Amino acid sequence: MTDGTGVAGEADPRQRLRAEQLRLSYGGPLVVDGLDLEVAEGTVTSVIGPNGCGKSTLLRALGRLLAPKGGSVLLDGERIDKMRTREVAKVLGLLPQSPQAPEGLTVADLVARGRHPHQTWYRQWSSSDDAAITEALAQTGMDGYAERAVDQLSGGQRQRAWISMALAQGTELLLLDEPITYLDLAHQVEVLDLVRRLNTERRVTIVMVLHDLNLAARYSDRLIAMRDGHILADGAPGEVLTEQHLAEVFGLQAMVVPDPVAATPMVVPISATGVEHHPESDSSNHPAEVA
Amino acid sequence: MPEQSAAAGNSLATRRRRRLTGLVVLVVALLLAALASVAFGERNIPLSAVWHAIFTPSGTEFDIIVGALRIPRTLLGLAVGIALGVAGALMQGHTRNPLADPGLLGVTQGAAFAVVLSITVFGMTYVSGQVLFAFAGALIASAVVFALGSVGRGGATPVTLALAGATISWLLLGLTSALVLLDQRGMEVYRFWRIGSLARSEYESAATVLPFLLVGLVLAVLNTPGLNTLALGEDIAKGLGQRVRLTRFVGLGAIALLTGSAVAACGPIAFVGLVVPHIARGITGADYRWLVPYAGLLGAILLLVADVLGRVLAADRFEVGIMLTVLGAPAFIYLVRSVRLVRL
Amino acid sequence: MSVDTRAGTTKGLAVGGLGLRLRWRTILVVGCAAALLLLAVAAHIGLGSYRIPLGEVFEVLLGGGAESQRGAVLDVRLPRALVGVLVGAALGLAGALFQSISRNPLASPDVLGITWGASVGAVTVIAFAGSYGQLSGFADGVGVPLASLLGGLLAGLALYGLSWRRGIDGYRMVLIGIGIAAVGANLVFWLLTVGDVQVAARAMTWLTGSLAAAGWGDVPAVALAVGVLAPLTLFGARVLGVLRFGEDTARGLGVRVNLSRTVLLLLAVLLAAVATAAAGPIGFVALAAPQIALRLCAVAGPPLGASMVLGATLTVCADLAARTLPGVELPVGVYTAVLGAPYLMFLLIRSRREARV
Repeated sequence: MTDGTGVAGEADPRQRLRAEQLRLSYGGPLVVDGLDLEVAEGTVTSVIGPNGCGKSTLLRALGRLLAPKGGSVLLDGERIDKMRTREVAKVLGLLPQSPQAPEGLTVADLVARGRHPHQTWYRQWSSSDDAAITEALAQTGMDGYAERAVDQLSGGQRQRAWISMALAQGTELLLLDEPITYLDLAHQVEVLDLVRRLNTERRVTIVMVLHDLNLAARYSDRLIAMRDGHILADGAPGEVLTEQHLAEVFGLQAMVVPDPVAATPMVVPISATGVEHHPESDSSNHPAEVA
Repeated sequence: MPEQSAAAGNSLATRRRRRLTGLVVLVVALLLAALASVAFGERNIPLSAVWHAIFTPSGTEFDIIVGALRIPRTLLGLAVGIALGVAGALMQGHTRNPLADPGLLGVTQGAAFAVVLSITVFGMTYVSGQVLFAFAGALIASAVVFALGSVGRGGATPVTLALAGATISWLLLGLTSALVLLDQRGMEVYRFWRIGSLARSEYESAATVLPFLLVGLVLAVLNTPGLNTLALGEDIAKGLGQRVRLTRFVGLGAIALLTGSAVAACGPIAFVGLVVPHIARGITGADYRWLVPYAGLLGAILLLVADVLGRVLAADRFEVGIMLTVLGAPAFIYLVRSVRLVRL
Repeated sequence: MSVDTRAGTTKGLAVGGLGLRLRWRTILVVGCAAALLLLAVAAHIGLGSYRIPLGEVFEVLLGGGAESQRGAVLDVRLPRALVGVLVGAALGLAGALFQSISRNPLASPDVLGITWGASVGAVTVIAFAGSYGQLSGFADGVGVPLASLLGGLLAGLALYGLSWRRGIDGYRMVLIGIGIAAVGANLVFWLLTVGDVQVAARAMTWLTGSLAAAGWGDVPAVALAVGVLAPLTLFGARVLGVLRFGEDTARGLGVRVNLSRTVLLLLAVLLAAVATAAAGPIGFVALAAPQIALRLCAVAGPPLGASMVLGATLTVCADLAARTLPGVELPVGVYTAVLGAPYLMFLLIRSRREARV
């Protein structure tokens, strides 16, 4: 299952993040019921699935934003809810779906807040903070925008600013919830190129939720297809993106052809006659986003 | 690329320097305001006499005015102004509501109710007793508001806190009105207490709450980095390793202590805490580590200047609370209209 | 957002001509609140030092009953209850409008300065026109309400005029309101310290909001105002619903944002000013009624109709308590919070769904 480029040659890569018999809900019915998952070091994993399948919920649980109703999440073999949250923050960074910055906050200020877990109450900044901030800005090409207000940036720039913040946190694991939503295609590719670069150059382990199947296939070592809170398919993009799986997961009739550029699988939709509607289990329906 | 990175690094340092300079300017302005507050009044005292009174007092008339009246009054204004400015900045941050004044947690009404209760029910006549009652009332009310606002899943959120605070405040206001309407002794004290004044007959009793104010200030400073992360949303704050409930608890504790001691010492002067954070935010932006000290200094400056003007222009016939709004509110409205505001 | 969309698709009752789509849950809430209101009005008329059984209350209202009963009901209790209903409805509606326009649950006529403007007017008359807390004749009957109405309208106009800058912006309006309220409040506090303590106590009674002096003389003005303004406002309900989605969406849906905001804001100011002139600034109703309504109806923003009915119910129940509880009679404003606050707190704790306003 790890035949992607990210795990070059290692026989048994270390499992960084693990979910065991995970049961998740937002106070109501279970959104995820009895899910097992392991994330290997140095891989890029994308979770795909229809709206409301529980993929964002799963990501929130992996990032300890949501306490499980049952089962547990383990970070490097230790239960994440038993660890000091600040220690977790030094290892695991996360970026929720469409985050909101307070009006007038500059990019530099935003990125500086990524250093929070490394600061103590008596030492609010240090030269290593400045270096990390400068580097994070450079990595995303945002160094020319340090003084600009986040709310005045374009969508792509704003997303890069938030990713810079996550980078400044300097973590080995990064959870991204739909990092390319609302971006145009060029910016989508730009952000995913950045993700890939982080993975290859800094060996950051990445788990993200993506909607675009073709980009997910091209940029991920591993795809996890979810439906109704269960994993239906898990493996290399070529194994997961099959016509049969697409019908099962999305109710989508589609052809899968090789991507002419990257040779990864490419989905060409035909019709969506099998799509079922689940109005009650819409993934965007949890309280945190009503806020 | 390297030059650009260097530029970004430089700009970080430049900004820090600029903000630090601003802080120094404010400290100097505050010292000037304090000096004016000691020197000006019904009788203006020359600077040389002020100097004499502070460093080599020998019991002259000026020495007594400065030592027994002007300096205590100035120190009280300084402490209360800082407390209210800081508490206001924290309050608006935690509730994410521009309408939140530091009294929103029920502090002001809790103190008012306790003062009236101490007079009408317990027959308290000492000022020192009133101060303690006011402080206790403020703390109890804010504890109740915090408990109500954070019951249930998810803990305290901006909306539940704001509504719980407003609701408890109204409840206490109703009860206070009942007490003062039933007992004229309560009314007699309440109507003067309600305005808020720096002119006190006993500065010693006002000083009893100072230790709590200092504890509140320390908690407030400790709270600012956490508040910075909370401003990005609770998810991001948790992702950055911030303990959200603890941050809220410390922040609201700081607000209760600061506002409670300020209100106990000189009555409700809510306007400072409401207005100053908006001005400070306009200068520093949304970084609470800078916003909070700026708000504290601005609060003290505003309060002292209003008090001095009240003494100079109106022979101390108007309490500082009134001077503050009569002068401050039009200025604030002008500011709101002319400057692009930084929103919460 | 999905909560909103679901609310929109819930089956409901289409009221043809108005094009309003009412949800069953809202209808139920309004129905229950109205029933409670009717019961409270009946109790208000029947209870007191002179008790009249419920059956005879209706008999009197329909033109029968004994002479003494007719006197108590028609001359004293009925007008007071009616003023309570109208003032409460106006406050509930005004609160819902202010909260919707500013998208802030704390925005009520008090916080925004309208009632403080009214209070400055009224307390000025009380402080300077009377002696030893006594006011009589013209100054009392016409002077106080008129001064209060003028004060409220002036504050409202100031709020509107100063907030306008190429349009009305909710955030700016709220900040301007703070400034106006602060000036008004401190003027009132100062006025309270000027005269002697009886004057202060009398002013305090007015400031707490009281229906004790309400009589038939007060009914026509309030009835006319509420009768004209409330239907106008309810027509704006659809626009408010759209404005809640944000300015751009509203424009896209063909709403003239600035015009709608202006009209709705002026209506809210008028409602609040009239209500305050009639009974003083009865507190908490304008804040609580919309918040209770939106939680009971489980909708995204304060529903206008339900806020209005709940405002009236809360006010009449509070006045019932004010009138009938043993001991000295206290103004109604003491009881609105005492009755309403626990209930709002209960709702707040039970429905942890965050309220969007």
